[in-house]
Amino acid sequence: MELVNNVICPFCGTLCDDIICKVENEEIVGTYNACRIGHSKFVHAEGAMRYTKPLLRKNGEFVEISYDEAIEKAAQILVDAKRPVMYGWSCTDCASQEVGMELAEEVRAVIDNTASVCHGPSLLAVHDTGYPVCTLGEVKNRADVVVYWGCNPFHAHPRHIARHSYARGFFRERGRPDRTMIVVDPRNSDTAKLADIHLQLEYNKDYELVDAMRSALKGHDILYDEVAGIPREQIIGAVEALKKAQFGILFFGMGITHSLGKHRNIDTAIMMTQELNQFAKWTLIPMRGHYNVNGFNQVCTWESGYPFCVDFATGEPRYNPGETGTNDLLQNKEADAMMVIASDPGAHFPQRALQTMIEIPLISIEPHRTPTTELADLIIPPAIVGMEAEGTAYRMDGVPLRMKKVVESDLLTDNQILTKILERAQELEASK
Amino acid sequence: MSEIIITPKIQSNVPLEIPNVKPDVFAGKSIDEIKEVEIYQGNEIVKLSEFFEVEGESAETPGEIKIIIDGDASNIKRIGQGMTAGEIIVKGDVSMYVGLDMKGGKIIVEGNAASWAGQTMKGGELEIMGSAGDYVGSSYRGDWRGMSGGFITIHGNVGYEIAEYLSGGKIVVKGNANHMPGIHMNSGVLIIEGNVTSRTGGEMSGGTIIVKGVMDEFLAGFKYLGIERDIQVNGEDIPGVFYKFTGDYAIKGAHGTVYVAVAGNKHIVP
Repeated sequence: MELVNNVICPFCGTLCDDIICKVENEEIVGTYNACRIGHSKFVHAEGAMRYTKPLLRKNGEFVEISYDEAIEKAAQILVDAKRPVMYGWSCTDCASQEVGMELAEEVRAVIDNTASVCHGPSLLAVHDTGYPVCTLGEVKNRADVVVYWGCNPFHAHPRHIARHSYARGFFRERGRPDRTMIVVDPRNSDTAKLADIHLQLEYNKDYELVDAMRSALKGHDILYDEVAGIPREQIIGAVEALKKAQFGILFFGMGITHSLGKHRNIDTAIMMTQELNQFAKWTLIPMRGHYNVNGFNQVCTWESGYPFCVDFATGEPRYNPGETGTNDLLQNKEADAMMVIASDPGAHFPQRALQTMIEIPLISIEPHRTPTTELADLIIPPAIVGMEAEGTAYRMDGVPLRMKKVVESDLLTDNQILTKILERAQELEASK
Repeated sequence: MSEIIITPKIQSNVPLEIPNVKPDVFAGKSIDEIKEVEIYQGNEIVKLSEFFEVEGESAETPGEIKIIIDGDASNIKRIGQGMTAGEIIVKGDVSMYVGLDMKGGKIIVEGNAASWAGQTMKGGELEIMGSAGDYVGSSYRGDWRGMSGGFITIHGNVGYEIAEYLSGGKIVVKGNANHMPGIHMNSGVLIIEGNVTSRTGGEMSGGTIIVKGVMDEFLAGFKYLGIERDIQVNGEDIPGVFYKFTGDYAIKGAHGTVYVAVAGNKHIVP
């Protein structure tokens, strides 16, 4: 058995970089340091079925085809479509995403990633208000007030608390005792149970609460005795605690990005973070889910100027989540072909979107059997980035890390598959 | 006024975009030339005559042209984009962006409109006889300047975040509005004659909102100023008895005004 050190975990946006993999016969058989979710991905947890050959659906049954045939078919579908959508991108490396952007421009598709059902509202808020972000290293070494708003890292990002907010840091020598932890969550979640202050607000009242807090922050009275189920005095007390920080950090998740108001909740929360800088150093980091969901938003922005939901139909990038989001295009039945890569919308999209996915040609570039591949017409299996292929990923705080290749694989990488589809699509477009 | 009637002959799942169907483009063209005007279907450019029958009579200047879209346009986007003069009448529903970036003239939609009606509108008049979706008179994503001039009337109900970043002009909604009307509003007037759910005027820094129906909830960042009778807004008399609020004090230096009818709204007064 061989041990491979300093492996980066290709699961969540925390991108833990201290994993040790146990390798036997070019297979990862165990891990040290990884959380249970990360470990399951490394060892292909029970039930996961790997594809080894591209599959094409013929008369309702999948038949094995060669990579060349699969690439020809995929390019044909994309070139023939009038409103193709290319969705996913969050579990692959930045170089593959870059090829994806070029392919989307070539076939005049809409390209979108899982942020559109995840931190998309945060991205919308960021271009309205700005992005006072810091790195997780700064949090570990400096933060004395840590706020988790609408997120439950105890279960969703299991090593986040241990590595960044409980850890000992340069200015926080004792670790946890040197920090105040505030959790804002309507549920008494396992993260909330660890908090010093738990603001248990009513469901869907994040905006109302932040509005009252911002007003109090500027020295104005709060209009009502109780906002979002929290008494006026407790809101003022929480604002005072935020103002007294030396270095405050706001981590936020789906509980605020997808409660009523969505991007407006984040917009006002970012503004509050900015305004708190009149009293103390305050920053924020979104709790990103997929390990490279942030990477796609970075790549997409430097390529097109927009972070997701980019529509190349007219040849130049256009952007309007609500119109050019994958769910919007599927639910409005606009899309006439779809390519899914490095994500599983089949498991997460609403029924109306899935209905369209069934009706239109669906390409799935996916290593495992998933609900999406069950709906697909064409499955192309790639090597898994971070385990069988190297590549760059962006951590939730925007720090790019190089992911290792731990074991060998016979399969093509996402990058190789996309490059071949792009080359074929260029030939087909040229002959049109 | 000369009338040009265009009738949709095929309905497709992939929507059409017809920013070129406006008096500014049709002026000075013959009917045969108008049939050749380019429109978009997904990532393809097609001729107007592929999807529409075109008949009627054109004129030399946009101001003399009335375009009638005689049929269902519920999958047709960008009707009247950037028009400066003349008239467009749609005899059915329309899809997104009707009157986008409109600068003058008049659009009447006899059915319902989808979202982003009158986005970044600068002048002219947009009237929707049915209901409209979200973001009526809003900004482009990421911009802090929404509709800056003109007049929008919606006879039915509206969705979320109407008058977002409103910077001028006037919007009147005869029906009900969903959450966050007038969010981030800077200036201009928004009148809602029906009911509103919540977050009216959230983060507004200026302008005036008048709600004549019932407001389910209000924001704690506003200040209550008392009761006012028969108010006057931009020279227009509005009869009635209103609670007056100013804010949203979540924003530094905010001076927006929200009037809410006294009838049925006692619960929002502190």
